[in-house]
Order: sequence, then structure tokens, then C-alpha cells
Amino acid sequence: MEAHGAILQVQSLRKYFPVRAGLFQTVQAQVKAVDGVSLHVQRGEILGLVGESGCGKSTLARLIQRLIEPDAGEVYFNAENILHLPQRALKPFYRQVQMVFQDPYSSLNPRLNIEDAVAFNARVHGDSRSVARTKAWEVLHKVGLHAEQFGRRYPHELSGGQRQRVNIARALVLQPKLVILDEPVSSLDKSVQAQILNLLQQLKDDLGLTYLFISHDLHVIEYLSDRVLVMYLGQIVEVGRAEDVSSQPLHPYTQALFASAPTMNPDDRLDHPPLTGDPPNPINPPSGCRFRTRCPHAMAVCETATPPLLPMGENSRQVACYLYTPQTEAGSVRSSVP
Amino acid sequence: MADTTVIHLPPDLLEGPAGKPMSYWQLVWWRLRRDKVTLGAASIIVLIVLAAVFAPYLTAYEPFQGSIRKRLLAIGSPGHVLGTDEQGRDMLTRLLYGGRMSLTVGVTPVCVALLVGSTLGILAGFTGKRVNMVIMRTMDIFYAFPSVLLAIAISGALGAGIGNTIVALSIVFTPPITRIAESVTTQVRAWEFMEAARVSGAGSLAIIRHHMIANVLAPIFVYASTLVSVSVILASGLSFLGLGASPPAPEWGLMLNTLRQSIYVNAWVPALPGVMIFITSMSFNLLSDGLRDAMDVRL
Repeated sequence: MEAHGAILQVQSLRKYFPVRAGLFQTVQAQVKAVDGVSLHVQRGEILGLVGESGCGKSTLARLIQRLIEPDAGEVYFNAENILHLPQRALKPFYRQVQMVFQDPYSSLNPRLNIEDAVAFNARVHGDSRSVARTKAWEVLHKVGLHAEQFGRRYPHELSGGQRQRVNIARALVLQPKLVILDEPVSSLDKSVQAQILNLLQQLKDDLGLTYLFISHDLHVIEYLSDRVLVMYLGQIVEVGRAEDVSSQPLHPYTQALFASAPTMNPDDRLDHPPLTGDPPNPINPPSGCRFRTRCPHAMAVCETATPPLLPMGENSRQVACYLYTPQTEAGSVRSSVP
Repeated sequence: MADTTVIHLPPDLLEGPAGKPMSYWQLVWWRLRRDKVTLGAASIIVLIVLAAVFAPYLTAYEPFQGSIRKRLLAIGSPGHVLGTDEQGRDMLTRLLYGGRMSLTVGVTPVCVALLVGSTLGILAGFTGKRVNMVIMRTMDIFYAFPSVLLAIAISGALGAGIGNTIVALSIVFTPPITRIAESVTTQVRAWEFMEAARVSGAGSLAIIRHHMIANVLAPIFVYASTLVSVSVILASGLSFLGLGASPPAPEWGLMLNTLRQSIYVNAWVPALPGVMIFITSMSFNLLSDGLRDAMDVRL
């Protein structure tokens, strides 16, 4: 689906990791980590990407950031195909697209104090030591860490929330346009999560950023995102505005996800979990629709081929499920759902 | 980043000091200062080094000057505190001057191996599979030989002499250091801040210099320091076998050899070079242990 004004466009991205075993380390199988993912990110929006552990979200983030080279597909940033650029020409791209990592501890060099850690990014792009330090202080101030108090501290002297602020500061010091956040709050306590999420929202408004926000936590995604992508076993299964997807999830997997999210209301306890078992092995995913082995609505057609991601009603809603395709009997009833 | 070795430290060494933030090296120094055994070992080494450097000022005798009339005097003889050797040379003088050679041949190979081994190991850990394989499998060839045998073989092939001993020992010590360097580099590379450094747009060389070296150097350095004590013993052993220094050089291992026959005449004087080798090697050993404890800070 062509999107105009999209800052990032990904088409049919694919990455398989070879599994080597045996005497000569021959390739025995492929882990189909990301299998044909297409998405676009509009300028100025927060796109949430939600999925279970192991569904390929982090791999997707690293493919977009070109930390890993994809096997197939295209990635366009500002309408420029960044996959065709040689490694050394990637520097300006990295200036525009930055990443915040998940583990607040191992994503900081334990031997650098935080002002040096943040200033490093600026110095890479040609700033002198003093200019870089000034920039580092400014951005640390923006994330709530005052340089006089925190500048010379080392990562082991900061709490998890503070370290994550440093990570955010480091990503923002180059004034990027797009920030990819790979589960930035998953390792933090709930109260700290709220602080960091509010900080992210505020920074986005102040600096005019665009976010690709990856998480496995539905509440977090709901709270922050404008649009939501749901990912399962390397493929996108549902797309839509956050309020639409949360109020009326269409794909059976999305429905199960939202039903499984624990609430604070003790009367809302579930008798049996909506989704049982573990996701199938990405080395050997089920034929056709990958969710069919756990899906309560599985039909015969689901075995045949992977359901395509088709538009569903308005507001850029998309679902990849045979329940909603006009060809199937069930689909012709439901395809009138807005 | 889990470390499975358990180090039993007294509780006050486990925490750092409160107050102003400390960098990693400041923290190491702070911990070292409080470890009595390590400080003791370090002082002994400093003493030996100073004695070796200022040997001419500490004794009146010359190391090569001997009087046959005064052979094999016992320890405590008038004028010769530690006795004389089989050619009548003053033992104290020979030991002090011998310190120069033994320390040099002990420390230099480790320094050379540290430089060469770290470079090769970091290169192997950082670059692709093929380069890694070439470097590591080449090192494995050397690693297959027991170190003493390898040192003797190389020394024998190159011929006698201190220079050749240093070369031989450098070759012996490079593979273990390469292996450690490669292993640590591979581990550090997997940490997320290395990915973050790549995302900043920095080139590989800048990343290695600013982010990797500091994190990788500490374990390599600790391992290399344990090799110094081995090196002192190996160097003395090679000289003992006649493959290192040649007479009349005052080298401790060589002195052990030439004094061998004299055990029947005077039992204690021939043991003195061995005592010096022991003290030196042991001090380096304790120092390296203390260094390892101080550097393995749980940050």
C-alpha cells in the first residue's frame, strides 16, 4: 500500500537465520525470523508494534536500522532506498534514524561516564569535544538529568530509569527524525515506566519526532501509540488505529492478546486463558496461516496459503485473516465490519 | 554478562566508596590500596627492581670479579654477607646484578606477547569468520605444545643468548593471550552498547578505540600479569639448561647451574639464586591475584 508522506516505508522485508549443525556445519534449517513484513510510518506519528517474545519485532527493528542485513525486501527512508547504500554512506542515515535499546544496563558502556557516552554520538559526526559536550548537557537536561549532578556519573551509579533516560538522550543528541524504540520500558518498574512514557511523549511533541515503538506490553502500546501493528511469528497480522484495534480487535490473535491482558479488576478473572500453548517454532511454521494451530476459528482454507494483509474498512485498517476475506463464506458476512 | 566464578572477598571490598563518582580504574586503584597481601607483594617487587637498578651503588664488588682464594665462602662470612660462588665472586653482588637480567627476560616477553596477542585477538574477535578462523587455528598449533617444551625447542633452534630467549618466550606466550583477547572481544561485542555505537554511525576503528579497548583490556591485562611469574621461572629454566644467558653472566638460572656441583661443599649458597627466583615469581603471582580481585569489580 503506497503511503504518501511516509517517513519510513518497508516492503516485503525478509530475514532467515541459517541453523548450522553437523560435522561440516551445513545449513540444516532456517529460522524464519521476519517473513515478508511491509509497513509504513507516517511523519509525526507513533507507530506501535506489538507481539509476543520471539515474533521477530527486535529483528525487524535491527533490519530497518541496518544493523542486520535483510535477505530480501526494501526499506525506504524519506523515499530513499537505504538498502542500496554502501556501509560508509550510511552515516547521514544514522543521523536521522536512531534507536533506543531494551536493556538499560548493557546498552551503556560501563567505562564511560554518561556525558561522554552521549557526546560520543555527536563527536562521531564531526563536533569538537567542547561542542559535543555542550550538546550532551542540553539533551541530558531535556530528559531530566542535570549535567552538574549526573554528568560525570557512571552507569553503575544510576538507577534503571535514569539509565534509560541516558539511552534516550544518546539517541536524541543528533536530533534524528525517526526514533526506533525496542522495548524501552520492558525492563523497568511500572511507576518508572509511566515516567519514561510521559517523557517520550513530551519529547516527541517538543522535538517533532516520529516513533516506531516496539513492545510486548499491550497497555504500554495502547497508552502511547497512534497506530498499532500486531506481529505474529514474523508476519504482520493486523494494522489499525490504536483506539480501533483495542476496542474492536479483528484478528483472532489480537483478540486473544487483548483478552489475556490482566486487569486490576478482580471480577474480571478469566476461567481459562484465551490462548494456550507456545507459539510454533519459527524454523518450521505451520503451512498457510501461521496462527491456525492456536486459532479458535481455524477453517480448512487456513491451511492452504498465508492470508494476505488486506484493507478492512476505513481508517487504514488491515487484517490478514480468512475470516474477513470476501471469498470465504464467513468472510462475506464479516467483511462489512467497519 | 553473567560471571560464574565466585570470588570470596571480605565484605568491605565488595562495595565501593560512597561519595564522588569513580571511574573503573579509580575503583580498581581504591580496592588495590586496601588489599594488604597485594601491597606487600608489590613492595617486594619494587624493592627487587630498585635493587637491580641501583646495584652498583649497593655493593662494592664487581659481579665478574672473583678471587679463587675466596671460593664458596659461607653465608655470613666477613665482607661477604651472602657468601661467594665457585669462582669467588660475591653472591650478593651477583644476585643484585642478576635481578636486572632475570627481570628483563621475565617481563619483556609478556609485554611483547601482550601487544601482539591483544592485536591479533581483538582483530580475530571483531572481524568475520574467515579471519577469525585463520588466526585462531594458527594459534592452536602453538597451543598444542606444552609451553616448556615449546620454549626449549624454539630456544634451541634459535641458539643461546638472552635475545633469543626473549623471542622464544614471546612466541610461547602469544597464543594464550590471543585466545583470551578473542574470547573477551566476542563477549563484549554482543553487548548492546556496541550495537548502539554502530547505530551512531561510527566506523569500526572508532568503535574499537572508544568503546571496545577499555572493556577488553582489563581481563587481558589480568591474564598477562599471571604470565609474568611463569615467565620468570621459564626464563631461569632456559638459562639453567644453557639455552639462555651464557657464563659469566650473572643470571639466576645460570647461577643455579654453575653452582650445582658446589652443593657438597656449601649447601646454602647454591640455593640463593633459587630463593630469589622463588621470591620474584611468587610476588608477581600474588600481585596478579590481587589485580584480578581488584579488577573483577561487579559494576
